[in-house]
Amino acid sequence: MRPVYMIAGGMTKFAKASPDKDFRYMVKEAFDYAMNDVPNLTLDMIDGSVASYFSDHFTRQLMAAIMVHDYLGLCPKPSRRQEGGGATGGLNFQAAWESIASGRLEVCLAFGFETMSHVNTWKGNEFIALASDTNFDYPVGGFYSGYYAMMVRRHMHEFGTTVEQMAKVSVKNHGNALHNPWSQYPMDITVEDVRKSEMVADPLTRLDICVMSDGAAACILCSEEALEKYKLTDKPVRVIGVGCGTDSMRLADRPHGKVVLLPHESESDYKHLKYPGVHSFRGGRTAAKLAYQMARIGNPLEELDFVELHDAYTSSEIQTYEDLGLCKYGEGGKFIEDGHTSLTGKMPVNPSGGLLACGHPVGATGLMQAVVAFWQLQGTMGKHCGGDAFLQLKNPKRGLIHSHAGTGTYISCTVLERGF
Amino acid sequence: MAESVKDGLNRDYKLPEIESGTVVYNIDPLIVKYHYEIDYIHSYCQDSPWFRGLMNGQLLGSKCGKCGQVFATPRSHCMECGAKTEWTELPKEGTIHTWTTCYLGSQEFLKETPFHLIMVEFEGVNTLLLARLLGVPVGRVEVGMKVKARFRRLSKISPTDVYFVPA
Repeated sequence: MRPVYMIAGGMTKFAKASPDKDFRYMVKEAFDYAMNDVPNLTLDMIDGSVASYFSDHFTRQLMAAIMVHDYLGLCPKPSRRQEGGGATGGLNFQAAWESIASGRLEVCLAFGFETMSHVNTWKGNEFIALASDTNFDYPVGGFYSGYYAMMVRRHMHEFGTTVEQMAKVSVKNHGNALHNPWSQYPMDITVEDVRKSEMVADPLTRLDICVMSDGAAACILCSEEALEKYKLTDKPVRVIGVGCGTDSMRLADRPHGKVVLLPHESESDYKHLKYPGVHSFRGGRTAAKLAYQMARIGNPLEELDFVELHDAYTSSEIQTYEDLGLCKYGEGGKFIEDGHTSLTGKMPVNPSGGLLACGHPVGATGLMQAVVAFWQLQGTMGKHCGGDAFLQLKNPKRGLIHSHAGTGTYISCTVLERGF
Repeated sequence: MAESVKDGLNRDYKLPEIESGTVVYNIDPLIVKYHYEIDYIHSYCQDSPWFRGLMNGQLLGSKCGKCGQVFATPRSHCMECGAKTEWTELPKEGTIHTWTTCYLGSQEFLKETPFHLIMVEFEGVNTLLLARLLGVPVGRVEVGMKVKARFRRLSKISPTDVYFVPA
């Protein structure tokens, strides 16, 4: 495998609805934004694309990805679509990495989108719940917030995690987004606001849960040869680790076994833990382990500078701290409570505002994380956030992006490193 | 026949007037209502005995004869070792492993809110079962609560043919 670099990224401002632009136009906007950032790159240098959108139901159009590839002027070059629920965008980023690492392409565009405004919220919940087993899960009350509520209920039971700790995630992420002009719902809120907002699925309130969005994102990746030959950028970001993990479609089907250990952990840490149960994501842990292995990361808390993770729920952000090994299993609630994941904490998590505040146009989300992580590592957050550099972390060298599907069914982790 | 019809070609052909219109939500951009509905011919295939079990007041799970794993859901092949499983009757009583009360939901279930979802654990079974809990007021559900299975008298051929009530 050869080195792969990200050289540019772009996105649309995520919005509840964008009836003026269809998915092709939105991707074009994100793509042009990325292209403008690398003036030496011309359309003819792009060898192909990989595409992500989650739901054919939302799009009401099969092969929608080729319509984008076509609209961008990339025909007859190679392209294909990836699909893996909520992790679609993250998996797509890895597909772009694979195309370059394998030597198949020199310059590859990864684009993603979702247009969720085409049905009402309740029908949207139904479409999303079709990504649970439609024979056994969906008919019982198919509702993802219900599934996540059950997971965190058990997390609370096992580890003493509290609803206030969860609310702190919402406060942090919505607050960070006040400085992210690309985000859908920046908000200055309190723990009390989160707890007082409408109860959706006990214990998750409306402010514990991300929203549906229309949006698109684009990332351009290339080989070292292309980077040097075309002098594409002097601020490249290298993809140094990729990992992916999975778990059973049905949450109910996960028997207990041994904890998947990270390099800095030992079996004795978890003598009494029944794992993964419904409170932890063994797929997330597996994805992290593989990404760390490739990136030669021994202790993520010391060797990463920030994380952009898939906080579809405040609870899943806490669960994911543990899966990623930022703290031990069971310590996630305390980890947010102690402020470790705030912008100034020892491991800023979701400086962008995450899904909770940026929105979650599924096929674009994982790529949006890559774009903001890329800007962080380039040190260009201010430039891309309308001159507001508040979210720019001080000299970050490595960041991790994490994309997550289903009830922890597909999960991708990718480690990015400053390449200059 | 009009003059314009010659050689079997009608040069004055007009579409008939339409009988129905299109719902328009917005003019600029133009947003219209698009209806979409499908009936599937859906087979439960190898999982059919599980649904027939519910019709007979039986809750079936899958047991692996090779490695002994017992699943609380239908799995014709063992997820641990890949061997073919056999049907096994699950206990009618279990405990609540975790729960939620849904106040909102997917369109199909909105009218049923608030409803309780639970995951049931059974003695001697390695995995859980997702089900509805009935007969417990909002605010009274707890992890560890004992529950028992009940079955719809007239089956809907749905996993909701089995539901749980306090034991």
